[in-house]
Amino acid sequence: MDILLQEVGYSYAKDTPFEKRALTDVSLHIPSGSYTAIIGHTGSGKSTVLQHLNALLKPTEGSVMIGGRKIEAGVKAKNLRDVRRQVGIVFQFPEQQLFDETVLKDIMFGPLNYGVSEEEASRRAHELVEQLGLPPEVLTKSPFDLSGGQMRRVAIAGVLAMEPDVLVLDEPTAGLDPRGRREIMDLFHRLHIEKGLTTVLVTHSMEDAARYADNVAIMHNGRCVVTGEPVEIFSNEEQLRDYRLEPPRTIRLQQKLEDKMGIKLDSISLTEEALAKNIALALSEGRDSE
Amino acid sequence: MNSIIMSFENVTFTYMQEDESVKPAVNDLSFSIQDGEWIALVGHNGSGKSTIAKLMNGLLFPQTGKVEAMGKLMSEESLWDIRSQMGMVFQNPDNQFVGATVQDDVAFALENNGVPHEEMVVRVKEALQQVKMADYLDHEPHHLSGGQKQRVAIAGALALRPRLLILDEATSMLDPQGRMEVIETIRELRKATGLTVISITHDLEEAALADRILVMNAGEKQLEGKPDAVFRSGNELTNLGLDLPFSMRMTHLLREVGIELQGEHMTEDELVDELWTFYSKK
Repeated sequence: MDILLQEVGYSYAKDTPFEKRALTDVSLHIPSGSYTAIIGHTGSGKSTVLQHLNALLKPTEGSVMIGGRKIEAGVKAKNLRDVRRQVGIVFQFPEQQLFDETVLKDIMFGPLNYGVSEEEASRRAHELVEQLGLPPEVLTKSPFDLSGGQMRRVAIAGVLAMEPDVLVLDEPTAGLDPRGRREIMDLFHRLHIEKGLTTVLVTHSMEDAARYADNVAIMHNGRCVVTGEPVEIFSNEEQLRDYRLEPPRTIRLQQKLEDKMGIKLDSISLTEEALAKNIALALSEGRDSE
Repeated sequence: MNSIIMSFENVTFTYMQEDESVKPAVNDLSFSIQDGEWIALVGHNGSGKSTIAKLMNGLLFPQTGKVEAMGKLMSEESLWDIRSQMGMVFQNPDNQFVGATVQDDVAFALENNGVPHEEMVVRVKEALQQVKMADYLDHEPHHLSGGQKQRVAIAGALALRPRLLILDEATSMLDPQGRMEVIETIRELRKATGLTVISITHDLEEAALADRILVMNAGEKQLEGKPDAVFRSGNELTNLGLDLPFSMRMTHLLREVGIELQGEHMTEDELVDELWTFYSKK
């Protein structure tokens, strides 16, 4: 499902003395099936954009197309139920939203609200718990008796149980330990491929954006200033620094190495594995030429 | 200099002791921390780190074994005296503000402790200078960035002139810049004052700066030592759900693709140097 922001402006508390502009003239296309990373310094407007993706916020200027549905500034948007089901948002620290007595009930809550049958909602919960690598026993437990990492997974299962077409992730791994972080990011990538989702990742981690995304947008001072493929975005160090971002560590290390040795590696290394291969290649070529 | 500021002796703690299927959150744990040390306590989610923090400040008491802090056995009687000598900073910067301005917030604990006004003004200023937030005296805390908020929280702890500062995942909710700011602040504080710091973290880059690392797993101490020694145990750490610093991960990946590096590199510069030597010899 495509999402298209056209010249979107947004002001919090508009027409009050507390009015505060958060977005200015944002045009951004999230193509169907893409894995789009939205990056930007704290306060750049990332979270405000995110809330436009399922009409939690409605633009005060411009319009947002969500699939076939147009949300336009100044026009009252009615019946957003479909949009809210189609675009699932995993907010930061989603475990804070858990509330029900058991994990099973918590996961079923969303689908039941949308008229899915008990049986089907329960089937989805069972399936998701397995997909998310949780033991089946957790279904009957209180979500509050689980560890932090498990609670995070249950909360994510609750969003996935709605079977969204677009999955929006706001810093989904914040506060998790390194293994938990990798497992969850790999899981999202797998779901992205298996379910043919459109995925939007809002993140501070340039490493995650470089590793997983195929489309990157940079937010700066409430504007969407650049969009492109990770290779272009992350090889332009000067541009990143203009927007108060750092290149991923692999690229910084590649740069250091290239400066020291006076050589150029074959390609920009977006992942650690790619960097290791690129270095090995350069070293063996160095050997061959002498 | 060689006095022990905090020690655990065979400490065990189990939540819901009556339920026999519940495993201890901390199991037979012993360690001691010297005055002036910087200790990183690392472990995966659920490894017992937060329970240890609560045992350190007397929010929980061990069911067996003992906790000593500032030379005293932790007990209902001693805990107020012990707490007055330690500062704590927690994970979520938004949950620990009470003041309407930065200086009010830093002054809060001083007021509670009955510090006279003139003295308070001096201490607030000094504490904020130590974390480089002295220009923000009258700012509202919720308008600060995450890193700034945590630095103010550290100042609030410092104003009490503690002997020990405990950081309970104080950087884990911050963006990369915020994290760097806070780590840099701790480094400088340590340089200037030699304050004892215990940082509970899963950021291995942060742990790499400590004098000593304790690695926790399932309530038990798994490894203990200087950062380079702990990181050299490579697979053991990754098996525990932790990670290695970036330069060491790269060293391992490079070996996997057939580059026979000699050293275990804690910094990128060391790694680049060895690669360069490697390259120029060929």
